[in-house]
Amino acid sequence: MTSFTSADGHGAVPTSGVPVDEGSVPHRSQAPLWEVFVRSKRGLSHTHVGSLRAPDAVMALRNARDVYTRRQEGVSLWVVPSTEIVASSPDEKDAFFDPAGDKPYRHPTFYDVPEGLTHL
Amino acid sequence: MSEQLQAEFQAAFQAEVDADGRIEPRDWMPDGYRRTLVRQIAQHAHSEIIGMQPEGNWITRAPSLRRKCILVAKVQDEAGHGLYLYSAAETLGADRDELLDLLHTGRQKYSTIFNYPTTSWADVAAIGWLVDGAAIMNQVPLTRCSYGPYARAMTRVCKEESFHQRQGFEAMTVLANGTPAQRQMAQDALDRWWWPSLMMFGPSDGDSPNSAQSMAWGIKRFSNDELRQRFVDATVPQAEHLGLTVPDPELRLDPETGSYAFGEIDWTEFYAVMKGDGPCNRDRVRNRVAAHEDGAWVREAAAAYADKQARRAAA
Repeated sequence: MTSFTSADGHGAVPTSGVPVDEGSVPHRSQAPLWEVFVRSKRGLSHTHVGSLRAPDAVMALRNARDVYTRRQEGVSLWVVPSTEIVASSPDEKDAFFDPAGDKPYRHPTFYDVPEGLTHL
Repeated sequence: MSEQLQAEFQAAFQAEVDADGRIEPRDWMPDGYRRTLVRQIAQHAHSEIIGMQPEGNWITRAPSLRRKCILVAKVQDEAGHGLYLYSAAETLGADRDELLDLLHTGRQKYSTIFNYPTTSWADVAAIGWLVDGAAIMNQVPLTRCSYGPYARAMTRVCKEESFHQRQGFEAMTVLANGTPAQRQMAQDALDRWWWPSLMMFGPSDGDSPNSAQSMAWGIKRFSNDELRQRFVDATVPQAEHLGLTVPDPELRLDPETGSYAFGEIDWTEFYAVMKGDGPCNRDRVRNRVAAHEDGAWVREAAAAYADKQARRAAA
């Protein structure tokens, strides 16, 4: 009996008997992947919104405009080749971020403020 | 990886999911979780891009410039939704070309709803109102899905989807309040799209092992039947507002629960359409493959141009 899920968004699709990652297609040369960052309005930082494939930077920018800013979501766009992003490793995240873990004195809430005093 | 390390990763993963946290692309995840997501996100993406066809069929024949602009924007949105989703699938290591190949060869599926024809303008209105209305019921819970990139894509999709539903309802309202012939078109579209829309939620999943696993993984939040019931309860009053009749003689409001009881769904039709025997299965896939093959020279030219520019820059 085939299982179906409605939780696929646009209508139920089978959750069994459907192949995934067969490696059946010889890896064709796909356009490179770009990460897209949008500044939603002046005064705010660019924020990562997703990624897309495009053969070069100019097309990546144009595609990013069409895919991610069809409703005036941005006033500025960055596209960055995904391969150029250097990331911390999730496996080492505890050790990597540990040094900040035992330094609560870096937060203002660490300190007692005498009752009734303001501007502290 | 040692068995002990594997168990530790598994425990950390499940703890994150149980705490309603989010799993991100480079986190460790069980292979079954990854495969389930790739399968689901890919088939969701396929539904979005195949879904461009039934409505695209009416772009040149939209009854006014206003309706044409709206329809073009909506169909473009569906392409965008497909792109968000293929990108999300790629964060799981899936290969976009391979996913398209699985669609083109019929090994991965898309929603059965898009295998029904759009025979009149009222069908475009009914799709926006009913099909996108049902999609919203499914997609809103997915904005809280445990896999971060999928959840974020769904947040974008849901914002856009509500425009789709409203424009459909508005177009339906115009027809329902129009001439007797327009009114008849609206009723006819509701008659044809109502049951396939209820089928969009899939057969009952009470005893499906896959659904239980998807729920434990925080991918699925509500059962198919729960979502279907919500859709019926939300939509019947809208049909009444339009003065149209839902084509179900067994439909009645339970005054105690405030929910509507409804008739049996013909699942033999659903399975037949899923298997390939719907009115438009062959057309949809043939058009998709043709669009892909006819566009090959554009992709090749763009790649050749990019190579040339890169060589010149290097020289």
